[in-house]
Amino acid sequence: MEILRTEGIEKRFRGVQALRKVDFSLEAGEIHALMGENGAGKSTLIKVITGVYPPSGGQVFLQGKPVAFPSPLEAEKAGISTVYQEVNLLPDLSVAENICIGREPRGRLGLIDHRAMRRRAETALARLDIQVDVAESLSSYSIAIQQLIAIARALDIDCRLLILDEPTSSLDENEVRELFGVMRKLRDQGMAILFITHFLDQVYQVSDRITVLRDGQKVGTWRSEELPRVEMVARMLGKTVAEAEAPVDRNGSAAVGEPVLEAHGLGRRNMLYPIDLDVRAGEQVGLAGLLGSGRSEVAQLLFGVVPRDSGQLRMKGRLLPQRFWSPRKALKAGMALIAEDRKVTGIIPDLTVRENIMLALQASEGMWKTLSRKRQQELAEHFIQLLGIKTPDGEQLVKNLSGGNQQKVLIARWLATDPQLMILDEPTRGIDVGAKAEVAALTRKLCVNGMAVIFISSELEEVARGCDRVVVLRDHRRVGELNGPEVCLAAIMQTIAGQG
Amino acid sequence: MLIGGFIIAVLAGLVFLCGKSSHGRHLRWPLTALTLLLLINLIFKPGFFTVEMTSDGYLYGSLIDILNHSSKTAILAIGMTLVMATGGIDISVGSVMAISGAMAATVIVMPKERFALWGLDPAAVAFGAAVLCGLLVAVAAGAWNGFLTSGCGIQPMVATLVLMVAGRGIAQLITDGTIITFDDPLLSFIGNGHLLTLPFTTWIAWTLFAIVALLTRKTALGLFVESIGNNETASRYAGIEARGIKWLTYIINGFCAGVAGLIVSSNIKCADANHAGLYLELDAILATVIGGTSMSGGRFYLSGSMAGALLIQTVATMMYANDVNPAVIAVPKALVVIVVCLLQSDVFRQKLSRRFHRGAAQEVDA
Repeated sequence: MEILRTEGIEKRFRGVQALRKVDFSLEAGEIHALMGENGAGKSTLIKVITGVYPPSGGQVFLQGKPVAFPSPLEAEKAGISTVYQEVNLLPDLSVAENICIGREPRGRLGLIDHRAMRRRAETALARLDIQVDVAESLSSYSIAIQQLIAIARALDIDCRLLILDEPTSSLDENEVRELFGVMRKLRDQGMAILFITHFLDQVYQVSDRITVLRDGQKVGTWRSEELPRVEMVARMLGKTVAEAEAPVDRNGSAAVGEPVLEAHGLGRRNMLYPIDLDVRAGEQVGLAGLLGSGRSEVAQLLFGVVPRDSGQLRMKGRLLPQRFWSPRKALKAGMALIAEDRKVTGIIPDLTVRENIMLALQASEGMWKTLSRKRQQELAEHFIQLLGIKTPDGEQLVKNLSGGNQQKVLIARWLATDPQLMILDEPTRGIDVGAKAEVAALTRKLCVNGMAVIFISSELEEVARGCDRVVVLRDHRRVGELNGPEVCLAAIMQTIAGQG
Repeated sequence: MLIGGFIIAVLAGLVFLCGKSSHGRHLRWPLTALTLLLLINLIFKPGFFTVEMTSDGYLYGSLIDILNHSSKTAILAIGMTLVMATGGIDISVGSVMAISGAMAATVIVMPKERFALWGLDPAAVAFGAAVLCGLLVAVAAGAWNGFLTSGCGIQPMVATLVLMVAGRGIAQLITDGTIITFDDPLLSFIGNGHLLTLPFTTWIAWTLFAIVALLTRKTALGLFVESIGNNETASRYAGIEARGIKWLTYIINGFCAGVAGLIVSSNIKCADANHAGLYLELDAILATVIGGTSMSGGRFYLSGSMAGALLIQTVATMMYANDVNPAVIAVPKALVVIVVCLLQSDVFRQKLSRRFHRGAAQEVDA
């Protein structure tokens, strides 16, 4: 029996199309996983269904009747309950109050009937087989129990559709197993459960059907057993399986020299499980994984943008300190990072091309050793010519350049510091095809000249084509490494999916 | 009359040059406003330009008054420009002035025997100690502001509000709640003396301007400050120690406030914790904004801030010269500020020129 259906749901935010004609259906008695990379539109879809956002087009049907909830509260009254990643309950109130808040049983004179409230809370919790004292305050229980209490609250409203948005991200393995047990039980009682997670393993453990979203569009819905993992990953990345298995032309690798970077146990709580990574001179190492798998985090920890909790870093055998590790120190140790999101972490829009190019070199020299104006101009002219930056001259403001040329200015900024290790995080995002090819050719050339390169990209072909070695990350862990001839699109995808 | 015409001609020439050069574009509007104000004076009150030499060899007249009295605002604006260029603000400078003045006054009135050191002239040592202590507490206040803002990440307006409110209390503590008056010839010279016919305060302000201009443009400090104000995250990624640089701007600003504080207390030969530098932080911010530095950070223009300080003082002096009630001077000052800020706004200029061009187009049609 169909509980929920959406027809042609559209959602636009100030010109950005977040959802495009999404037709989606959910049946009673199933656990349905909603999959997709970050930004694929999963959360937006849920928010449209539950009335957080009004849709820009299309219609939501609940049990065949068209509905448009003005607020999540209305959706809850209609039997749709949502449990978010962060428990959004009131920690200082009792468990019973949390379960019943907003619809407390009233006695005579309209006062809250506390006894009835406790009874209701106990009934709801009993359905989940949880033993807790409902009079205790919520904060006295672990996050896992709080999460289950949030679900109990959902049950108390006699809900028919339960939406769980990343419920497992703060739970350990046992707690996850317990949660899954509860989910199966509820499903068997006839509830529809919509489940969002980043963890690929978990999807196959509990879900009956899987819907994949990509760039705001529905790619398709499959029964779990009919969708092999590799195919799911391929779908999330917007490829067909045939494409994934096609061989990639690889450029010849350069002669590989001495190790430049050796990282052991590099990690930070809630950000990245400790990983090992080493890069040699003349080698291009790719970091592959889905968005949010921990790729950029590796770059940020290496470069000291975020301090690391653990890990030894060596550059050319020299141990680098962990305390007060900062971008400036990383820069002085010979690293360079072209970070993702050029607008936020890269360009200084109101400064000129010349100033943007000289910035990192000047920062490494310090405040007092000013580069002479002549040297600055030479640097700017040299790189404008070398990289083919399209600008009338070095005195143009960087904000007036196109995305691809801004990216080249950033590459110039770091090349000017003559680094031994260059980390490129999504260097080709948001630039046109021609500029992409130029960036790829350039990084290749850097390797040939003996630089060590770490290349991070969502475009797996780029990684497969350019890199000598690929380290694969999943769920903030290192899950595999592909070497030399093994590097191909299919192998990378299989490693991401966890088979291979 | 001759002098007036000459000055106005020079200013008009500067405005013309600034309009042409990309380096001086920010100076165009404050200097235009200054020229217009002086022109009004030239027409309606030619006496405004009279500059005479006293028997002691000092120049005096309204123009010299402007130079003299604008120096406090100018000195504050120099530091404020750097702070604002990083995207910050410091509204405590008025109170810091009171602190530094109180400190200097307290030291200078100590018994002279205490300063009989190393066989030096006790009066000179006392003067040196007073100036040094006054500047040191001001620098400490700046460091405190920097600690709260860049060290602890508190919003600059809120962080410096602390010292703005508490600062006058601290000044009271230093002076023990009394108004300390002093009669030290050396310390009085700072605010009242003359050097080469011009007021000494003017020399201080313009020397400080030259030093800070050199410091920011001959080292990479200026570039780093502008970079941080424009995009702090990206600056950090580029290896700039953004926190340290921001901290430094608050320290420099504290130093400037200290200098201004010495001038004020020296000028009136006493330390008045309640009134020294009152609301002067607002004039400093105004002068900086008039000079073309944006409150949201980025490019900064020290010369613009100096011009802004001159403009604000010119309005005030004009009002005094025309016997306007001092209580209402804020109103015409506000008008001038609004006009300059409007002229600087790209949006407003576009609207204005569109209207003008539309008018022109209609004439052609007709």
